Amino acid sequence: MENKLYVSPSPHIHGGDSISKNMYGVLIALIPAFLVSLYFFGLGALIVTVTSVVSCLVFEYLIQKFLMKKEATLYDGSAILTGVLLAFNLPSNLPVWIIVIGALAAIGIGKMSFGGLGNNIFNPALVGRVFLLISFPAQMTTWPVTGELPMTYTDAQTGATVLSLMNEGITQLPSYGNMLLGNMGGSLGEVSAVALILGLIYMLWKKIITWHIPVSILATVFVFTGIMYLVNPLQYANPFVHLLSGGLLLGSIFMATDYVTSPMSKNGMLVYGVGIGILTTVIRLFGSYPEGMSFAILIMNAFTPLINSYIKPKHFGGK
Amino acid sequence: MSNFKILMNGIIRENPTFVLLLGMCPTLGTTSSALNGMSMGLATMFVLICSNIVISALKNLIPDMVRIPAYIVVIATFVTVVQMCMEAFIPALYASLGLFIPLIVVNCIVLGRAEAFAAKNGIIPSAFDGLGIGLGFTMALTLLGAIREMLGTGKFFGFSFMPEEYGSLIFVLAPGAFIALGYLIAIVNKLRKA
Amino acid sequence: MLLSLTIICLVAGAILAGVNMYTLEPIAASKAAALQNAIQQVVLEFDNNPTEQAYKAVTSEGDSLIIYPATKNGKFVGAAVESNTKKGFGGEIKVIVGFDPEGKLLNYSVLQHTETPGLGSKMQEWFRTDKNKQSIIGRSMTNGNLSVTKDGGDVDAITAATISSRAFLDAVNRAYSAYKGGADGTSGATSKTQTEEGGEK
Repeated sequence: MENKLYVSPSPHIHGGDSISKNMYGVLIALIPAFLVSLYFFGLGALIVTVTSVVSCLVFEYLIQKFLMKKEATLYDGSAILTGVLLAFNLPSNLPVWIIVIGALAAIGIGKMSFGGLGNNIFNPALVGRVFLLISFPAQMTTWPVTGELPMTYTDAQTGATVLSLMNEGITQLPSYGNMLLGNMGGSLGEVSAVALILGLIYMLWKKIITWHIPVSILATVFVFTGIMYLVNPLQYANPFVHLLSGGLLLGSIFMATDYVTSPMSKNGMLVYGVGIGILTTVIRLFGSYPEGMSFAILIMNAFTPLINSYIKPKHFGGK
Repeated sequence: MSNFKILMNGIIRENPTFVLLLGMCPTLGTTSSALNGMSMGLATMFVLICSNIVISALKNLIPDMVRIPAYIVVIATFVTVVQMCMEAFIPALYASLGLFIPLIVVNCIVLGRAEAFAAKNGIIPSAFDGLGIGLGFTMALTLLGAIREMLGTGKFFGFSFMPEEYGSLIFVLAPGAFIALGYLIAIVNKLRKA
Repeated sequence: MLLSLTIICLVAGAILAGVNMYTLEPIAASKAAALQNAIQQVVLEFDNNPTEQAYKAVTSEGDSLIIYPATKNGKFVGAAVESNTKKGFGGEIKVIVGFDPEGKLLNYSVLQHTETPGLGSKMQEWFRTDKNKQSIIGRSMTNGNLSVTKDGGDVDAITAATISSRAFLDAVNRAYSAYKGGADGTSGATSKTQTEEGGEK
């Protein structure tokens, strides 16, 4: 199928976009969040990220070269991006061998089993994260407490995330200031709201993504948790806490917007975003895992083909 | 077709799990360990052989219009016998397979073989067909169970070969069943084509 | 048509009735043995039949639990209490807990639970592992309820599964409150005579 003539509707002028250009754009947008994680988690953040990226690249190369027997596409940046996103979803004191298994699950199960980039149904980084979350729940749900450039790795003191605190019914949540900056327990890349929003602004400015998916997810979660908060403020946390905690921002800005696994039309993106928002809130408030963002995105990933076939962009001049 | 061919047909060419993709519910549900998978396979094999023999013996007595209810009654009888005996004599196994034993009744393999083979062939070939398909099912379940047990808990038939904390718990749980089965089917397909 | 189906059903019914008659006793016996086994695991050696002398005792919360008293040579050596709690992370947890006459926790066994695999599900092993302050075996319950360190108690909770740990300890505490209530007669007066009979025979 590779070298057949492609017939596609207009426009036919190449806009200068390419896979690698977009991938590296997303990577640039992730830099602020990475710097914040380096500051709060120190050496751990560096080890986790480097291990994850290197093992994703190695597995991508090995599988393409020896199992699929085709040209390895290491330089398109997609494996690097998967590695970085996977690392951003992991606690900074995770043992190295678990990270390697996660990278194998992300690249092997999440991406290459479906035929490589462009054919995967699910976001590979999230496949890796969920695989690890179910496989090693104890290691995946103990987070080191934040410090200033800590140099310890595995023996750091552990603490809980805002969401698991909420689940246990404790009301000692960190202040909004700390939640915005990222001075709280959590996975590498999810802690700092400010850094993630900087990344969002960069990607919107560079037109790498549109506003539809992130905004619809965040608005849905805000409204849903807001209603629950009004119903019973003692049992449910206030919607601002929900917006700033857990992987919600990281997921809605960087993971849900993955081109391959999200709908193509603007309306489809809205449906997809609202779906993720509802599922996330339901899992957070009523499920047995404290965070539901990754599950919600994966579930809606599975609905993407359906959304694409029902909600199509209007043809020029069509009704 | 010789009886030996019928036997091998069930194990390889028409393997119920890897080729026909029948009976997925017990396949995914009971294979959390090699022993559980094997026990489920053997229980199904027993029902399969018995029901195949009885249905093939009765095939001329059962009117066409009520054949499906009649088959179901025969199959359900054997399943209930297996269930009662298991609960009475191997309660530990019954505790871990429990729910899935009654479900053998609605296992497509058993009814499928009754309809597709036993109702058209003699008693001896039907018995061999039941044995072959049953063995194929048992092997597949044991293999899947062994893989999930090894990856999930670091054990093989209960014998530990690596510390349990290095096992990926996902393989013991439902999602791991789908993942492992998917890769097994892919490998079997690849081997069959080669 | 109807006739042949009727005959098949009749024959099937007859076979099942036969098998049922044949297996009824072994099934009952194996169920009793399983319970006996669980009781044996959690209390000291005994020579009576605790399941026959089982009685219900009221907990401090007002509901009742089943207690299986164990005696040796007529002397009361402790009891196994079948306890439960609905405070688990995934729903109900059922445990059987053994106490000696002084109120020391002898052993426990988790009968049924729906906690998260790999986290809360570790309770079967966790609270008997002699590491740091994990083990609850041999602890005296007379000094008050057990609770996890996070709540000011002295039991280490399962890593990343505080809620399950709390629920498990709740079940143990409930078991003890029923045991104590039944044994010293401060509550659940109806069961008192029975215990003492069991204890002094």
